[in-house]
Amino acid sequence: MPGRAGKPFVIKHMPGFPVIAMVCFFALYMPLVPLVIYSFNAGNNIALWEGFSFRWYVAAWDNELVKAASVRSIVVASFASFFATILATMAALGTTRTRPFRGQLTIYALINQPLMVPEIVTAVALLILFALIKEATGYHGYAYLIIAHTAFCIPFAYLPIRARLEGMDKTLETAAADLYARPWPTFRRVTLPLLLPGIFAGAMLAFVISLDDVVITEFVKSAGQDTLPTYMLGQLRRVITPEINAISSVLLLISVILVTLIFFLSRSKTA
Amino acid sequence: MAAVSPYPSAALDLEALARRREVKTNILLTMPALGVLIAAASGPLLIMLIFSFLTPGDYGGVEWQLSFDAWFQVVFYEDIFDETVSLADAHMSIFWRSLKLSFLTTVVAFVLGFPTAFFIATRPPETRNIWLFLVTIPFWTNLLIRTFAILEIIRNQGVINNALLGLGLIDAPLDMLYTDIAILLGMTYVYIPLMILPIYASLERLDFRLVEAGYDLYASRWKVLKRIIMPLVKPGVIAGSILVFIPSLGAYVTPRVLGGGKNLMLGNLIELQFGQGRNWPLGAALSLTLLMIVMVALIFYVRSAQRETG
Amino acid sequence: MTITLEVKMKSLLTKTLSILLLTGSGAALAAGELNFFNWGNYTNPKLIEKFEKEHGVKVTITDYDSNETALAKVRAGGHGFDLAVPSHSHVPIWVSEGLLANPRVDQMENFKYVDDRWRNPDWDPGRQYSAPWQWGSVGIVVDTSVYKGDINTAAIFLDPPAELVGKINVAPEMLDVIHTTVRYVGGEVCTTDKTVLRKVRDKLVEAKPKWKSMDYGIIEKFAGRDLAASLYWNGAAFRARLKNSDVRYGYPREGYGLWADAVVLLKDAKNVENARLFMNFIMAPENAALISEFARYANSIKGSEKYMPADMATATEIVVPEEFQSAGTFYPTCPPEAQKMYTAIWTELQK
Repeated sequence: MPGRAGKPFVIKHMPGFPVIAMVCFFALYMPLVPLVIYSFNAGNNIALWEGFSFRWYVAAWDNELVKAASVRSIVVASFASFFATILATMAALGTTRTRPFRGQLTIYALINQPLMVPEIVTAVALLILFALIKEATGYHGYAYLIIAHTAFCIPFAYLPIRARLEGMDKTLETAAADLYARPWPTFRRVTLPLLLPGIFAGAMLAFVISLDDVVITEFVKSAGQDTLPTYMLGQLRRVITPEINAISSVLLLISVILVTLIFFLSRSKTA
Repeated sequence: MAAVSPYPSAALDLEALARRREVKTNILLTMPALGVLIAAASGPLLIMLIFSFLTPGDYGGVEWQLSFDAWFQVVFYEDIFDETVSLADAHMSIFWRSLKLSFLTTVVAFVLGFPTAFFIATRPPETRNIWLFLVTIPFWTNLLIRTFAILEIIRNQGVINNALLGLGLIDAPLDMLYTDIAILLGMTYVYIPLMILPIYASLERLDFRLVEAGYDLYASRWKVLKRIIMPLVKPGVIAGSILVFIPSLGAYVTPRVLGGGKNLMLGNLIELQFGQGRNWPLGAALSLTLLMIVMVALIFYVRSAQRETG
Repeated sequence: MTITLEVKMKSLLTKTLSILLLTGSGAALAAGELNFFNWGNYTNPKLIEKFEKEHGVKVTITDYDSNETALAKVRAGGHGFDLAVPSHSHVPIWVSEGLLANPRVDQMENFKYVDDRWRNPDWDPGRQYSAPWQWGSVGIVVDTSVYKGDINTAAIFLDPPAELVGKINVAPEMLDVIHTTVRYVGGEVCTTDKTVLRKVRDKLVEAKPKWKSMDYGIIEKFAGRDLAASLYWNGAAFRARLKNSDVRYGYPREGYGLWADAVVLLKDAKNVENARLFMNFIMAPENAALISEFARYANSIKGSEKYMPADMATATEIVVPEEFQSAGTFYPTCPPEAQKMYTAIWTELQK
């Protein structure tokens, strides 16, 4: 029965939900705590605490493999994000705010394919394709990784840009046309600046997605092309020292900073 | 350029011309993105299809010889000693485990995630953003880090066992690592933000006056939840479920790290064929099977979403 | 203004991209590089540092977990590696598949340090293709605080005692597992006898539910007491014992395997000169000692003993006790027919 004597009835309250929500938040963050704590373990066992020390951060910093893998991750993510954002912006412009045309559904399906198809399927397909190309051309540089990453980053860049574009009505561009502006300057001076927050969000999302990728990179990489996630995967299956904790903690910190940035940016956007 | 004429036919021509030009521009704009995607996402699927009809090479790779063995081996098993053909139990149990664990992951994610999303959506707008922020951070954390975090807490000397031992609830550490439970825990932990966010998006748009109306009519909280809130939030719930179910089904990293090489899921079985299994065609066939299962799930989603908006 | 900026960014990016692509492909810039494909957690960083300093070569290590993975990767082509480290029984396979070049190891300067026992093995006659890396055995690792009985038998993982059920790991290394099981059921090495193989398959399939995992990386698991037993290699057992003093290494009396890993030169290696330098480098006594010191396996180089850690001279993991010495065999490469059947059993087990 609604309302207990003396207590106001809150519509938006469901009994037990706040408790479950708190449990959920606790469960989300709790595993990260020992992860970070043990990164400061002086001993080299990830379970036995032997005192406080920064040695694993130093070790990770000195580790050539870690450094090289990190650099590779950033480079590949930068290129992939750059290309994906450009392609996605063009695609968004071509598919939004227009009348429906034939094949639109197919195009959506193609663009969003990486979101719908399990990563392992794409990874295997690319492994096969690139193996054929590698054998035929003998080339095994970074182009494979960059192309693969660009491809699966496109939908992640596309969605925010499209969302932003849909929220922009055409009146400003029509006004520019009324003032005899040609299409390209209109785009550059009117559309693009308005679209920039969406493009930026798309680029950042693509960057993070590429940085985090494990499965596709693991299958597609050649000799010495480990990215940070694949390096960590290798270590996880063999030697687990607090060095992994240290690297994870640093990555965690970077994630927190990024998310905070995005949050502040999106709030100022709507302010 | 023709002068604008009062006659309708001339005006229509201009409009049609503009429209065709617009379509052409749109296609040109979209082509590059599609090109890359076809080359590095959709196209390779076709090549994989071809590979599934070839013969495995002795030490990996393929021989370019047509064979239906791979597809046969997905479902059937020919005993190496007495050549009897039977249902491939091993594959079936892996399919079953994958479906079971993905389904359970989705359910647990829903049970925990729905109340959480509801909680966040019903906070006052100022604090709401903070809660959202707190949910998004794990979402942006690397999958490996999250899986590793679970590994650390369920090990025999990990936090959970230490806590249970310390409280005197158990005598010896529970062997949680390398079990199906470990994989379930790992996948739920990794994918739960994907359940919370879409449900939150749906709940945020919910008009609570409808809820208020329900209470005004003396409905109990449970009834309001079941009859008013849930149906309205259904699109978000379905989206969240799909976003959790599909990646879980094709999960590779989490079962590999937490499953110990013994509790294989479909993703691991596929990878095996490209390593020790030395059977690329079978790996290709299994991948396509996974894809087909996912497509079925997606069609189901699209249909139910259409029924909502239809 | 924004356009010129865009254009400048684009050209800068294209330049960086082209540089990246060129260096990645390892084309003409291969002068000071070496791509080493080795088992994970098996290379002493100090060894690599020393080599890099002495010869001005940048070494990149990529790791693999098993002979099978290595073979699959190299066989698939387009790998970009110069050197790999297969186990002895696999070396003839690599040769017959045409994956190796012949660097005439026996004619290298440091070959004189190779112990007589290893100068002319069956699996690499004349020691032309491979330079010795490390050698060891496949045996039983047990945490004796959990199980106090006899550990010198393969029954630990095939017919496990009650205390160990659910806490056993088996190395996912096909030949090691199958050979040990064949000996356990009383068969001959490389047998194609279907009755024996059927027993092997059934035994393995029956035992599998009692195992906890089939994975690598057991050292930490024993240290953290997540595992109590494993079929694994002696060096890892040694390193596990250093972290958990209850760990002991047992030699299955029914028959256990000996193996030798050797460094080979891949046919499509891009840095042949540096590769040969490295192969020669590892045959010097001090360097061989560095290799052993890290992974705790014995090496094949005379005179390296004086550079190795003292505890290796007496450890049971390295020095095989008298009573078990005859039970150890270097498993040869089995004929293709046997290989096929073993692969079939293995894939069935893996599922």
